[in-house]
This record gives sequence, C-alpha cells and structure tokens, in this order.
Amino acid sequence: MPKFQVSLKVNGKAIEALVEPRMLLIHFLREQLNLTGPHIGCDTSHCGACTVDLNGKSVKSCTVFAVQANGAEVMTIEGVAAADGTLHALQEGFREMHGLQCGFCTPGMITRAYRLLQENPNPTEEEIRFGIAGNLCRCTGYQNIVKAIQYAAAKLAGVPFQEAAE
Amino acid sequence: MNDQTPTSIERAEKLQGMGCKRKRVEDVRFVQGRGNYVDDLKLPGMLYGDFTRSPHAHARIKNIDTSKATALPGVIAVLTAETLKTVNLAWMPTLAGDVQMVLADGKVLFQNQEVAFVIAEDRYVAADAAELVEVEYEPLPVVIDPMKAMSPGAPVVREDIKDKPTGAHGKRKHYNHIFSWQAGDKAASDAAFEKADVTIKELIVYPRCHPCPLETCQCVASFDKTKGELTLWGTFQAPHVIRTVGSLISKIPEHKIHVIAPDIGGGFGNKVGAYSGYICAIVASIVTGRPVKWVEDRIENLSTTAFARDFHMMTEIAATKDGKVTGLRCYTIADHGAFDACANATKWPAGLFSIITGSYDFPAAHVLVDGVYTNKAPGGVAYRCSFRVTEAAYCIERAMDIMAQKLKMDPAEFRMKNLIRREQFPYKSVMGWEYDSGDYHTAMQKAMESVNYKKLREEQKAKQEAFKRGETRELMGIGVAFFTEIVGAGPSRACDILGIAMFDSAEIRIHPTGTGICRLGTKSQGQGHETTYAQIIATELGLPADNIVVEEGNTDTAPYGLGTYGSRSTPVSGAATAMACRKIKAKAQMIAAYQLEVHDDDLEWDVDRFRVKGNPERFKTMTELAWAAYNNVPPGMEPGLEAVNYYDPPNFTFPFGAYICVVDVDVDTGSTKIRRFYALDDCGTRINPMIIEGQIHGGLTEAFGIAMGQEIRYDEAGNVMTASLMDYFLPTAVETPKWEVDFTTTPSPHHPIGAKGVGESPNVGGVPCFSNAVNDAFAFLGSTHIQMPHDQWRTWAAADKLGLHA
Repeated sequence: MPKFQVSLKVNGKAIEALVEPRMLLIHFLREQLNLTGPHIGCDTSHCGACTVDLNGKSVKSCTVFAVQANGAEVMTIEGVAAADGTLHALQEGFREMHGLQCGFCTPGMITRAYRLLQENPNPTEEEIRFGIAGNLCRCTGYQNIVKAIQYAAAKLAGVPFQEAAE
Repeated sequence: MNDQTPTSIERAEKLQGMGCKRKRVEDVRFVQGRGNYVDDLKLPGMLYGDFTRSPHAHARIKNIDTSKATALPGVIAVLTAETLKTVNLAWMPTLAGDVQMVLADGKVLFQNQEVAFVIAEDRYVAADAAELVEVEYEPLPVVIDPMKAMSPGAPVVREDIKDKPTGAHGKRKHYNHIFSWQAGDKAASDAAFEKADVTIKELIVYPRCHPCPLETCQCVASFDKTKGELTLWGTFQAPHVIRTVGSLISKIPEHKIHVIAPDIGGGFGNKVGAYSGYICAIVASIVTGRPVKWVEDRIENLSTTAFARDFHMMTEIAATKDGKVTGLRCYTIADHGAFDACANATKWPAGLFSIITGSYDFPAAHVLVDGVYTNKAPGGVAYRCSFRVTEAAYCIERAMDIMAQKLKMDPAEFRMKNLIRREQFPYKSVMGWEYDSGDYHTAMQKAMESVNYKKLREEQKAKQEAFKRGETRELMGIGVAFFTEIVGAGPSRACDILGIAMFDSAEIRIHPTGTGICRLGTKSQGQGHETTYAQIIATELGLPADNIVVEEGNTDTAPYGLGTYGSRSTPVSGAATAMACRKIKAKAQMIAAYQLEVHDDDLEWDVDRFRVKGNPERFKTMTELAWAAYNNVPPGMEPGLEAVNYYDPPNFTFPFGAYICVVDVDVDTGSTKIRRFYALDDCGTRINPMIIEGQIHGGLTEAFGIAMGQEIRYDEAGNVMTASLMDYFLPTAVETPKWEVDFTTTPSPHHPIGAKGVGESPNVGGVPCFSNAVNDAFAFLGSTHIQMPHDQWRTWAAADKLGLHA
C-alpha cells in the first residue's frame, strides 16, 4: 500500500512520518510514535479512551485518519504535564479526588477535561457531566471525576476548592 | 519523654496504615498515561493475530479455504482446527469441567465463534486476511431460548457429547442438559408451602449481560524455541491459574511458562477464564518462532468472551399472614451457551447460588438449577460479584417485595420482621452456610432514618392520589434492598478450581533499611492493591506504607494464588498479608529482646516499635530491627526478615448492606429518573475509606447499567443484537445518578484484620434496589413484576399493559 508523508506537531514536537492512508491516528500515535497513553476501548468512537486534542478540539483518535492530522497540532496525555514534569492541575485533581481506578479511561478523560476547561474555565457540575459524556468510565461512577475536574478548575482559577456537600 | 517526642497517635498517622484515606500509589503513572497495559507492549519481530468468525449461530462447516488469505503479502500463517489438531489443541478444557472448541471443529455453535486465526506482520493486514478466509457453511436450526433447550426434538447443540449420560456434575437428562444441582431440603420446603397462609410465585429473569471492562481481553505470547520457554503477557485476573491450565493444555512444563499480567484496564469477571485468543496466540508463536499479539475488539468482547447471568428463576415464597417467611423454593434454568465455560469453583456448577435465602431467617428452603446448552456464546462469569451471588440476591430481594405487596405490608417493615437478628450470629442458614457476623437491623434502621423513609412513603402516597385524580402523569417508586453476600472464596474444604484449593498468598521481604516488597497471588484491575496492601503492612509492622512496594501479576516472582475476583483479595490475600506480617513481627520481637537484653515476654508492641514494658524509653523501632536482622541476630537465628503465608480461610466472609432508591417514572414516555440513591455498606474493617467509597460508586454505576438497560440480546436466528457500544448500554456521566454512601462496621470474627471485601457489594445490592424502585412505582396499580432491564421501552410497555395510555 502506498504511503503518504505527514508533518504535524505532537506535544509540541515536530514530527515527519510516512503512513498508510488508512492508518488511524490512534494507531499512529501508539505504534509509530510510542505514545501509549491514549487507549483503544471500543473501535466505534463511543468510549473516548482514545481522546486527544487536535487543533484545539477534543477528538476520538480512533475515528481520525493519521493523514487527516497532516499539518495539525496534536496533544496527548503525555503532553498535559509541564515540560519540567510538574503535573497539571487536572492530573493532581484526579489523584487527590480519587477520580480513577483501573486508569484505562484516565488519559482520554483528562485530555477531554483539559479542553473542557479551556472552553469553560468555571463549569457547573451539569456542564462537566455533559462535557465528559463522550468518555466512558467503568470503575468510578463519575462522581469523583466530576470532583477532580472541579478541583482543577479551582486550582487553575487560584481559588480554594470547596467540595460540595453530598 | 520530652515535648518533641511524637505520641503514639502521631506516629501511627505517619505510617498511613489501615483506616486512612491514603492517596493511591498507582495514580502517579496512570494520570500521566504511563500505565503499562498489554496492548502497550511492543516486542521485536512481533506479529498480530486476528480471527475469522462465524456469521451463523449454528452451522456445519463444509469447507475452509485459506489460500487467498495466505497469499496476501504480510500474512505468515492461518490456523484452523485442523492445524490445531496436529498439536492436540483444537479443543481445550474449561474451568467448569467441560471442553470447548478453540477453533470451530466441524461446526459452529454460536455467532462470532472463532473459525480461523490469521497471523500477519501488522494488525491491518491480519484484519484484511481474516476477511479473505473462505468458509462454506450449511446452516442448522438453532436453539436460543433456554426454556426450550430441553424440549423434545430441540436442535442438538453439542454433537460431541450428545449420547453421554453424565457430565462433569453427574447425570444429564437431555442432550442439551449440562447439570442439575440442588441445595437445601426439598421435603421441608414442600411441607412449609403446604401449611403456608400466603404464597407467591413469579418467574424472575436475570438477563444475559456482559462485564464490558473498558480494556478488552488481550495477550502477547512469545515462545523461545531454544529454551523451550513460553512467556505470556495478558489481561489475566488469575495469572497463576492461566499458567497451570496453560501447562496442562500445552504440555509445556509449568516452570517453563512465565505468565505476566501487567496493568489491567478493568476486569469485572471478564478476565478470569481462558479464551481461544490466548491458545491461538501461543500456538502461533510456537509455529512462527516470533512473538504474537492478540487484541480483541469491542464486538468480539461483547459477543464471545464471558457473558454473565442468564438465570431464569421460578421463585416461590411462603409466609404466615402476619408476615413471617416460612419457606422458599426456586427452580432455575441457567443458560450457559454452547460450552460450559462458567467461571466457578469447580464443585459448584451454580456457584454460591444457595445464598438465595439472603438476609432472612428462612426455616426451610430448596433450590434446583438445571444448566443447559444453547447456540449462544459460552461464559457465565461472575460480573462484579461472587459466583452467582448477584443472581441470588436479585431473586430474593425481588421476591421479598412481591410477598410484601401480597401481604399489604411495607417492604422495609416486612424485611425488618424477617432479617436475621444480631444475637443469631454466627448464623447457620438452612442452606448450610455459616454467616460470620452481622447487625442487620441497625443497618436497615440507619438507612431508613438517613433518607427519612416515612416521609418518602407519605410523598409517594400523595403522588399516587394525584395520579389517580389525573393531576400528574408521573409515578414515584421507592426501592428497598437488603443484601448479604458470600465472598472470599474460599475455604479449601469447599472450594477448588480444577483441584487447586482456593487459598491465596502473600510474601513479604523487609530490606535492611526498613523498606520492603510484598508480592501476592492476587491481581489488581483497578482495585488499588498497590495502595491498600501496603496499608495493612504499615499497621501490622509499623513501617510507613510509602516504604512498601506491592507487586502482583508475575508468576515467576509472586507466590501461587488464585487471583482477584469474587471480592476475594482482601478476605484471602489481605489475611495472608496480615499473617505474613505477624511471622515477621514475631522474629523482630526476638531480635529486639536480644538487643535490649530482656526476655521476649518483657516487650510490648507500640505502633512502630517494641518497647520494654514499664520502661517506654527503652525500645527498638521496626526500622532498627530490620537493620539488625541483617547484621546482629541472636545466636542460632537465621539472618534476614521475610515471610510467606498461604492463607486457607476458615470460612467465607459475609458483607451486607441496606440500599434505598427513589425513582420518578413518566408513564407516557417510559423515561425514568433516579432522584436519590442511598447505599449503606458493611464490609467489616475498612482499610481505605476513599477506595471503598470509590468502589461503591463504581459498583452502583454498573448496577444502574444492568438494571436500567444492559442486555446481551439475541434474535430468533441467534444473531447477537447488542454487540457494540452503540447497542449495549454503558452509563455516561449524564445519566449516572449521584450516590450517597454510608456505612456500619461489623468486623469478620474469623479474618485476621476483620475485613470482609467490598468491591462487589454495590453491584449485588444495587441491581435489586433499582429494579424494586421501578417495580414499586407500578405496584399500587396491581403490577407484581416487570422484568429487567428497565429501559424506556420496557417501562413504557409496562405502563401500557396496565392500561395507563388508554
């Protein structure tokens, strides 16, 4: 099968590569670039485990061809922390609020939440729940994921995080 | 002591031992995308396997032509049953004592059954080639409804054993019959029914569903021809069992098989068994001499590996007119699909289903289960529950509501009247179980007070009146469930898997500097074992939890264990951990006595140290004793500080809980809204409350999915209708209710730290609670039982049947 050249930025780094036209972005990231943070959970773009940021939008990378990312800027979970390794407020929030268990949905969930907070820095609980509806989690029941995102929103805004009474 | 000396309490807090909300160790890698799951593994020269699967539910295979597939560039080989026969692997034994085709041999018995295994240079080519395998089928009539499986003239599912009069569990009464299993006293139960004032009888169906962890089943097999050794990485909840079974099947000596379960993306019972993909990847690696990866896609996962439930329970309860239960009878047809690949303790073909008397003091009970073959995928795993316990809990909790309705009693009051009383523990049930501990009335009372149950019923009454007057089209349902689980399989006298007793293990090695490693026979799939086992050690040994690394999943280094499912990790390996700690502590005490020049008996334990009784200034901390163990032990004592414990539990543990749910139902659309869900759990001693609450949230969400929408459904031709996430309901953050969690603490008297296990309770108690709530909404209109799942269509249909749309 003929291969196409793609140039893109992944987590701030310029990448040049040859890919088959049918190669999915998730396979390109995981297998060619060894970025195994984003996962594959369903193959039908329902579960969101493969969520990455593409040109400032959350996409399910199992439903995007690698060639479609030509010229794009892609961010995966591996690009969420600061360059010096300091964890992002979301990564910290997920740990502090126990927003993960098996960890399989977590990279997609955090990458999605990252974009959500860019779009809406101070979301209500309902907005958070709606905003992550494309990302499935089988372990947590979402309650602590919501809290983790609230924790991060507060931290990024520089205000103290108040856990809502249950 | 001066003011700077930390108190015992301060020192204990620093250890982060049992009872503290320790943040999880695992999370540091997971939040950065640095987990290590099977599909992340990339070995030099690795090949990919993919299956050609059957489009038919039942068909004879006339011919398989692999020539086009083999000719495709990049394809290395194609395996069929004929190839596997050359190594005697076309069939494999199941954990339940049956045999199962690895690749279709002569015919296919369910849709999507594995027919050929293609091995190629990359996963795209493998998928292309799987499409090029040409199979000629002759369709056969199917049997899909388990209630019809044993009818005369039903299609024969298993020609290989058609004429065998007995199976792994005794006599068979039909060619599609697998086993009959019973428990309890039939005569006593029948007598109770003859004398009963009031009886109820209802067919309660727990539909087929699937655990559906977010990561599917997968493996990488790598066979080293020079050494004759196999390394198998995989999504295994029970790595040692896979090694032993792998050795028995492949004849590779067990010490030459290295099974490694890395991080697992959820299991929920899906990853206990052995699947065709594992066997094919192993054979493919042996044939090609290269590592072979097999990764299931979601459709393959939902339609072929390990369904759960499919229990059809004809249930009867007898009671006196003032509301005391006197007897229970249950006849169940269990649909096992085309092979009996149920994951149960081997002697228990219906698992621990005889826990069906639940939390109530039944004087007589009897259950009979008939397992049958149908043209559906094999399985019957414990989806986030102990073996068949959620089926039992659903059955009794639904039946108790139906009886309360008939007696015109409030369901909570009826339960209170029949719950086993605190003074009856340890309680011997008529089914022969000894419930270890419980305080059911306190739990139920606390639950009712917490939600203001009385007020909820008043509100419901007012709504019902308004509905009758035509002022509202909304109904309100209140679901009550009180469940008792039986977990921690299990005592060797009762439980084994293929002859291996269901003990579990922990091996702890303390290093000279007072840090250490603990290895166990269990395997976390999200439960947080790396965090919680270290907390047990912190409390037992007085070393900070942060100083202990916990390792599981590598069969070369971990002591033998039966794995993680059925909430058995804490009850069994948690106990082993405590017992291994106590061996270490006993040795440390002797070293301390030697160093302090006193007798062992003159020492007492204080959080993290042994101190001289009456002279607390003279002490040796565990960290100091660890150092001493490597350079200054008493004469005659072996150096070092380590211990291993294989724990054979004296009994199961019996966690319990009281759940209450409030649902609002729109009778015109059938839509439901969970307004409130309160869950009180008693799992005995609580090791990490944060993790416990997280597990309860997750289990309740799975229960919500099962009760309100999940079903693996087949049409009459045996086509599976719900094989992708388009059709199979997994709750999102939007519809998932908010959870209110609460607890009481009744430690297990026979467990070294009193812990009972918790991960599965919310699934076991949650499903009946949701279902009771929906049923309760319609009960005042004369409805007795609406089958799960309570999706919008079924709920609308239930309203329609009651004439509410006229």
